[in-house]
Amino acid sequence: MNINMTLFGQMAAFAVFVWFCMKFVWPALTHAMEERKNKIADGLDAADRAMRDLELAQNKASEQLKDAKQEAAALLEQANKRANLIVEEAKDKARTEGERLKSAAQAEIEQEVNRVREELRAKVATLAVAGAEKILEASIDENANRELVDKLAAQL
Amino acid sequence: MASGTQTPTEYIQHHLQNLVYGKHPDGTWGFAHSPQEASDMGFWAFHVDSLGWSIGLGILFCWLFRIAAKKATSGVPGGFQNAIEYIIEFVSGTVKDSFHGHSKLIGPLALSIFVWVFLMNLMDLIPVDVLPYAAQLFGQHFLGMDPHHVYFKVVPTTDVNVTAGMALGVFALMIFYGLKIKGTGYLKEFVLHPFNHWAFIPVNLFMEVVGLLAKPFSLALRLFGNMFAGEMIFILIATMYSAGLLLGIFGGFLQLGWAIFHILIITLQAFIFMVLTVVYLSMSHEDH
Repeated sequence: MNINMTLFGQMAAFAVFVWFCMKFVWPALTHAMEERKNKIADGLDAADRAMRDLELAQNKASEQLKDAKQEAAALLEQANKRANLIVEEAKDKARTEGERLKSAAQAEIEQEVNRVREELRAKVATLAVAGAEKILEASIDENANRELVDKLAAQL
Repeated sequence: MASGTQTPTEYIQHHLQNLVYGKHPDGTWGFAHSPQEASDMGFWAFHVDSLGWSIGLGILFCWLFRIAAKKATSGVPGGFQNAIEYIIEFVSGTVKDSFHGHSKLIGPLALSIFVWVFLMNLMDLIPVDVLPYAAQLFGQHFLGMDPHHVYFKVVPTTDVNVTAGMALGVFALMIFYGLKIKGTGYLKEFVLHPFNHWAFIPVNLFMEVVGLLAKPFSLALRLFGNMFAGEMIFILIATMYSAGLLLGIFGGFLQLGWAIFHILIITLQAFIFMVLTVVYLSMSHEDH
């Protein structure tokens, strides 16, 4: 229990150990810990940033996808319209062509009919005259009655 | 156990006697061979066992932490570095909580105190007879000493010199920083605080000086008292071992229980010494 030089020995040892700790232990360790703390904070920051970037990219991608889909739909619609148009046009063309052909055929038929009629008429006139000649058994002046017979034939 | 012929009183006294190296009254230096010789040496004596263990443990502390500091990386820490960093984190957290100034000393100081005091207290958990008995055998066979005169006290913090030495170190720092940071303001606190009037100067001076001196005393005596009492109880329990089988077994359980409880006490005392040091130094840094 007596106080003696041990006290000062202990004080000196205390001073030396605190000095050693202050010089060689504390700064190195706290520095390393601080650095690691910063590193971790940076890492977390980077992760956050990457997360945000990813989200942005995903948004962008989905937007682009939507745009592309819309465009595709528009193109498809346009194509459909165009196809309908072409079909309609073709139908119209076919109809007019058909009509044209029909009318041409009709005109030809009419022409033929007229021709045949003319022919018939001419034939009928001759026949009528011949018939009348026969009936009258006389030589009627063909030229004198010609006008009459032609008129008759025109009424056919 | 020193020998079978000791009475419990002798046994306890033997355990409480330091190994002393000092100046004999006749002027020669040497080891004290009896408590009487030791006390005759007066002031010019060293407690070789206390100082040896305390310096040895201090070196152990420096060595362990130096290894960690050398290997310290900001990358992934290993298990050892992790443990050391945990202690540093704990100490630096405590310092930050109660010390608001800026000082390069306070962190290392708190760390040294905490770990060193903890290690010194830890010696208390080694069964009380192991190291003294080893020292006796060593002294008897290698140094040719009388085993009854080989004294060996293992726990440095049960020596009031050791705790007072540390407390005085802290006290010196308190005054140094008080004067450095506050200059004459620090001295004014002694005469004009708590009653700021010239008539109260003697009262103030008395109160402040008592308050100032109470700090190192309480630091030193709290640690010493706790550890000394704890050690004493270990020694008392150890006396049971020579009192028959039944008491011996009972003593074994008592020692186990007290040792487990003591784990708390040694940590707590180291922590309290550190926290109070930080608080006292922070009071030296701040104005009232």
